[in-house]
Amino acid sequence: MDGNSAYDPGATWLIARVTATGGETSLTFSSIPQTYKSLQIRGITRRADAGSTIATDNLRFNGDTGTNYTYHSLTGNGTTASATWAGGATSDIVFSRGAGATATAGIFGSVIADIHDYASTTKNKTTRSFTGFDLNGSGNIYLYSGLWLNTAAITSITIYPNGNTIAAGTTYALYGMKG
Amino acid sequence: MPDVSTEVAIATTTLGSAASSIDFTSISSAYTDLRLVLVGTSTANSTVAYRYNSDSGSNYSNTYLYGNGSSAVSGRFTGSTQIFTDPTTSMSTTIPNLIEIDIFSYAGSTYKTSLGAFSFDLNGSGSATRNVGLWRSTSAISSISIYPLGDTFKSGTTATLYGIL
Repeated sequence: MDGNSAYDPGATWLIARVTATGGETSLTFSSIPQTYKSLQIRGITRRADAGSTIATDNLRFNGDTGTNYTYHSLTGNGTTASATWAGGATSDIVFSRGAGATATAGIFGSVIADIHDYASTTKNKTTRSFTGFDLNGSGNIYLYSGLWLNTAAITSITIYPNGNTIAAGTTYALYGMKG
Repeated sequence: MPDVSTEVAIATTTLGSAASSIDFTSISSAYTDLRLVLVGTSTANSTVAYRYNSDSGSNYSNTYLYGNGSSAVSGRFTGSTQIFTDPTTSMSTTIPNLIEIDIFSYAGSTYKTSLGAFSFDLNGSGSATRNVGLWRSTSAISSISIYPLGDTFKSGTTATLYGIL
């Protein structure tokens, strides 16, 4: 074979990572390149304010705060499996669950979320996520599917705990996957 | 931030003979997350579990959710000596099962959380299991041992460890 082997840079690329310093009400990935086929969000999360024992982080796209989202979930709480629905159009997608502020220090929840065809301008956007946390005696595991009823390409993603605050050390990374 | 090629295969192994465990050692701390993918069978239909850094103390726990074709069930293990990939179903001796384990911030100073999936279908039985695991240690993970309890993985079982930046 003539010449050198083709350089294969791999199919998965880190676009950006954000780590909370504590007390934030949102984290945002902006100016997302449109050159990938899919996006993946990986992260660990914990809630800062003591209002709940569970951290709940939600997604919004392109700054859209309208009731243009919905989601379903399958949950295991260590005793019972259950299924829920957002109940109708909502203003965000629940996608990541973690430990609350009162959990043992150092415990975070984790999440892997996928958004395929995010750059399409003809398709509404579907998300899926696998998330959960274990506190050695309690904890939940979740599978979510979400929908953004909008055909616009996703150029920004906002992660926010819906009126609560994010704990220091919470980290989300955005990856692009080549098609 | 410029694109950085992200997912790297750190190590891979395919068993040439039955083995009681597959071990990944001297894991570089250069990545953010780890991903272990195993496809294989066991000799005697045993549950598969994993440990970090040879820690066999009661420092693990996990919450699970599974469907077995007729019901959906959730349960948990507390104060365990390992994390079970599928606590209710044993690995097939004939048709390969798929195990995927994502380990987050493995080199950081927090307790270590993992998300796991155990999947198999035997054309009449099978299950889909998801679990979240916890290792109550702030040590960086430098080794992972995965094994069928009291059993061996069969020859041909393959496992790959990926580092994710």
